[in-house]
Amino acid sequence: MAAAGGRVQGRAVTQYIIKRLLLAVLVLWIVSVIVFSAVRVIPGDVCKIVTAAPDVDARQCASIKHGLGLDKPVVTQYLGYMGGVLHGDFGTALISKRKVWPEIRTRIPLTIELAVLATVFAMVLALPIGIISAMRRDGPADYGLRLLTIGWLSIPGFWLGTMLIIYPAKWWGYSPPPGYTDIWHDPAKNLQQLYLPAIALGLALCASLARITRSSMLEVLRQDYVRTARAKGLVGRVVVTRHALKNAMIPVITLFAVQFGFLLGGTVVLESIFSLPGLGQLTLASVLIKDYPVVQGLVLFFATVLILINLLVDISYAWFDPRIRYA
Amino acid sequence: MTTTALPQPMAPSALTERRTIWRGLWRFCARRPVGAVAGLVCILLILVAIFAHQLAPYPPDALFPKFKLKPPSGAHLFGTDNLFRDMFSRILVGSQISLGVGFASVFVGTLLGTFFGLISGYARGWADLLINRLIDIVMAFPPLILAIFFISIFRATFFTVSLAIGIIIAPVTARIVRGAVLGVINLQYIEAAQALGSSHTRIMFRHVLPNVTAPIIVIASIQIGNAILAEAALSFLSLGIATDAHPSWGKMLQDSRSVWEQAWWTAVIPGAAISVAVLAFNMFGDALRDALDPRLRGS
Repeated sequence: MAAAGGRVQGRAVTQYIIKRLLLAVLVLWIVSVIVFSAVRVIPGDVCKIVTAAPDVDARQCASIKHGLGLDKPVVTQYLGYMGGVLHGDFGTALISKRKVWPEIRTRIPLTIELAVLATVFAMVLALPIGIISAMRRDGPADYGLRLLTIGWLSIPGFWLGTMLIIYPAKWWGYSPPPGYTDIWHDPAKNLQQLYLPAIALGLALCASLARITRSSMLEVLRQDYVRTARAKGLVGRVVVTRHALKNAMIPVITLFAVQFGFLLGGTVVLESIFSLPGLGQLTLASVLIKDYPVVQGLVLFFATVLILINLLVDISYAWFDPRIRYA
Repeated sequence: MTTTALPQPMAPSALTERRTIWRGLWRFCARRPVGAVAGLVCILLILVAIFAHQLAPYPPDALFPKFKLKPPSGAHLFGTDNLFRDMFSRILVGSQISLGVGFASVFVGTLLGTFFGLISGYARGWADLLINRLIDIVMAFPPLILAIFFISIFRATFFTVSLAIGIIIAPVTARIVRGAVLGVINLQYIEAAQALGSSHTRIMFRHVLPNVTAPIIVIASIQIGNAILAEAALSFLSLGIATDAHPSWGKMLQDSRSVWEQAWWTAVIPGAAISVAVLAFNMFGDALRDALDPRLRGS
């Protein structure tokens, strides 16, 4: 019985994942159409951007447009672009004339590492804060922690980041090693360079995760099975970590999926403050100089990452709560 | 709980309605003093923003040639910046963009979110499916990057910046409104309205909407803080609408970034202005949520 049930559930999970994958591909396709058309309706002249000159004569402009393929019909342009993307070719940057994909690819590890560090920092701090807050409900510790987290939510990450650069240097003469070192090259130096931006990036995430952990724990601690676990004499700590926590995680994971987008957006600001050569810095730089092939590639890349994260989160629900059926 | 439900009063007159509002306000202040104080700070901030030009001792772009980077003093309460300008006046006037864009974007986001949430919860079926995919698409963009992208396409104006932040906000509101609509849609009075032959539009706007206003107000008040932060980040990246004569807090931080080390007030004061405003709106929103709609806890 149990085995058969497991198999049925297994098939349902596979079907669910396939359905979600198809949906993700659909969403991604529409996103690509939107980004592609948005870039093409932009007011302003490609020729002026490319030549960085205020006036470009019509012949020269026509040849620039021909070189970029902009004289072809839009649909042809789109199909050509997407065909390229599927083969890992995101086109060529307008100004630096470099290939877009290699430019993006070399910057991926840094931004991913920053996002992962910020997430780890947020989670490691948020879970204990949320749990303590829930267990000491309405006590002084709870009030203190709630005040702390709502305060963290109100601090702009870019402001905190800059303060973290300036004041340790001013007061204690401490500053992390300048520049950016690859993690495989020198992990210790790499971590010293990244932990401050990771804290600035993760603090708001930490605060919102701590708050939802608290409310989700309160919800779970009221359940009968928790009372049963207590009644049979288990220590509070065991009840919380073994019985309650896993069940309280679903809202936390859901919120994390939503907040991860904010985290990726935050890298734009923090990478430029800490002069880290990541995707965020590239995004800002290419938006400012209006290098649209790069912007287009970056937005597509970010959307893919975000859709994948949401997909993984949806699938992970089953692990946290096996009662969830994928019908 | 064995008490029987009291019969609902018949159509309340305007007078008793006004009285209930005052009583509700009084109860809110008595039970949530912190939230009430936060609310008071919010009102003060709004008043400051409205009367900023009257309150400011100097025009925000007035130059004081002898005062370059002077610390706070009697003549210049918040000191002067690296471009010889009075920081106090700039902070006061700066509240206009921060709060103005904050409110406008929450207004836009709430309007869009309520509209789509109402339809998707009420109509269900293919309209629901379509709107959900639309939300998926918007949420596939990292919020700040969506705003940057949007502004780079349409140029930064008060309207485009508010719209960009509003679009980030709308999906969250839409999901919450949809959930709330699903909660009331099966109640008897809706069925009664349907039986009486009311049109769908009438049912949606006259019967469903008034019963989901609590979550809408709550989520809007919680989003104001985030909208202010988003505007500050955009201004900090020089993608906002601030000018010399019309500063914003985020842009002030960007302008003085190179001198933060020598002049703490240029870094601390605009940063604190943002944090205080966001904190006040967050705490007020929080208290409002606990009072109006405890189910939304943690959202």
